[in-house]
Amino acid sequence: MKIENIKILNKIAPFLLYQDSLKENILIVSHDKLWFTVQILKLHIGLQYNLLSCISGVDFLDKTYRFSVVYDLLSLTYNSRIRVKTFINEITPVKSIIDIFINANWWEREVWDLYGVYFDNHPDLRRILTDYGFEGHPMRKDFPLSGFVELRYDSSKKRIVVEPIELSQEHRLFSFENSW
Amino acid sequence: MLLKKKELDKSLKNFTINFGPQHPAAHGVLRLILELDGEVVERADPHIGLLHRGTEKLIEYKTYLQALPYFDRLDYVSMMCQEHTYSLAVEKLLQVKIPKRAQYIRVLFAEITRILNHLLAVGCHAMDVGAMTPFLWSFEEREKLMEFYERVSGARMHSAYIRPGGVTSDLPAGFLDDVYVFIDQFDSRLDEIEEMLSGNRIWKERLVDIGVVSAKKATEWGFSGVMLRGSGLPWDLRKSNPYEIYDELNFSVPVGNSGDCYDRYLIRIEEMRQSLDILKQVTQNIVSGSIKSSNYAINPPSRVEMKTSMEAMIHHFKFYTEGTIVPSGETYTATEAPKGEFGVYLVSNNTEKPFRCKIKAPGFGHLQALDTMSKGHMIADVVTIIGTQDIVFGEVDR
Repeated sequence: MKIENIKILNKIAPFLLYQDSLKENILIVSHDKLWFTVQILKLHIGLQYNLLSCISGVDFLDKTYRFSVVYDLLSLTYNSRIRVKTFINEITPVKSIIDIFINANWWEREVWDLYGVYFDNHPDLRRILTDYGFEGHPMRKDFPLSGFVELRYDSSKKRIVVEPIELSQEHRLFSFENSW
Repeated sequence: MLLKKKELDKSLKNFTINFGPQHPAAHGVLRLILELDGEVVERADPHIGLLHRGTEKLIEYKTYLQALPYFDRLDYVSMMCQEHTYSLAVEKLLQVKIPKRAQYIRVLFAEITRILNHLLAVGCHAMDVGAMTPFLWSFEEREKLMEFYERVSGARMHSAYIRPGGVTSDLPAGFLDDVYVFIDQFDSRLDEIEEMLSGNRIWKERLVDIGVVSAKKATEWGFSGVMLRGSGLPWDLRKSNPYEIYDELNFSVPVGNSGDCYDRYLIRIEEMRQSLDILKQVTQNIVSGSIKSSNYAINPPSRVEMKTSMEAMIHHFKFYTEGTIVPSGETYTATEAPKGEFGVYLVSNNTEKPFRCKIKAPGFGHLQALDTMSKGHMIADVVTIIGTQDIVFGEVDR
């Protein structure tokens, strides 16, 4: 994104925060202005970010606004990428951008499934990667790596049973930060 | 007694079948719920997640080097391309440059991997559609290429060869001569496959005008790679954002014009020929030098040095126990993997483990569009469309 285009954005959307680390364009916006920002980024003639590459979630466990939802957009005409980030807590929903980018469907379902971030106006928000009866949002930092349940086939009941997990050795996390 | 018309009206429900997770044409584990009207597909609802291994969660608990083999196993038919993207992302965060020879070797293997992937894509697509022979021919060529993987890293498929900082070890003696022998004979193998398929009436009837995607729809659905180029958009990350030495190489990018499955098949064949051209250029112009960056914080020293010098021993120890400390930052790095744009969104927090590593797989975006692409087509065409999208479940489910 060129310097002139940043000025366009500042005129239309003065609530944006722009940072440029490692020569990548990053915009931080609050969750209620997100839909509007993505709409401008797609439709404005000087910006034209018309391809949605990826939507990801990030969990910062110690912050009040715990989750960050990150949208990566690509402009084919100007050969430029931009990243739009919002920060939300566990109970605030984000308006779905499915009416701007139709392929946001599965990406938002994945963020819902793995993090628990609810998307308003999404036509079909159900689980996509986890198992059919799975409870919990696995990518959150307070969800343990080994999970809470384990599945096994019970030959007497002739079906798969779900039982609480039993580990013979606790998960060891090696951290080398302060060795003395 | 006359029956009233409204008592005769029945509500109709579409015939729903399960194109189940275990199916020879489902390209892995795809549970596709198809709602049919006779033979014509009304709606296709893919259920994915049957191969979900929790890769992203596991990566958060491993150091950067330990996380590398996960990337091999994502798209398990084009292994080194994922390693390449991850290594580029980590190097971007570390802000290091790798030596020229390492870049040449990476491009060499990226193009070998592209040929590997397209051979499997075309071969398996042909087998799903019904032509059994090109599958066997293309797998024989894949065996020859996997021999190159094995010569250089020890493993036929998941090599863990391209690492942040360069490549693991140098090419063995005589390697480039054997690559040249392969390049020599591969052109005629491609001609054999094309002779079987491209002019074939049955192949054309099964592929032309199936799964047509217009350029506008392709951008709306977030396609990348061959799916975009098939619809007429000349977008290739090797040309638009050149990485490694792609800006010094001379190759062209095939673009289709009607956006159907036949165009994409022709593009894949032509891309294989262009990759062959790139391989020729790389083998002729490769430079000599070191294959790892000399910064011992991100690469271990060689074993000879480690056994003689004390500092090298300490660096070796620190590297293999603690790992590389990567400064805080985030990056989204994408490369032109054979299936499309493979992206890695890496967030680091000044420790030796990644804070968040999000993997953007091209197959995930393509499979979303399966519903719109297969509306109005018949069940057999659904198989053709899955094959042309080049879906591999390792990367879709992660």
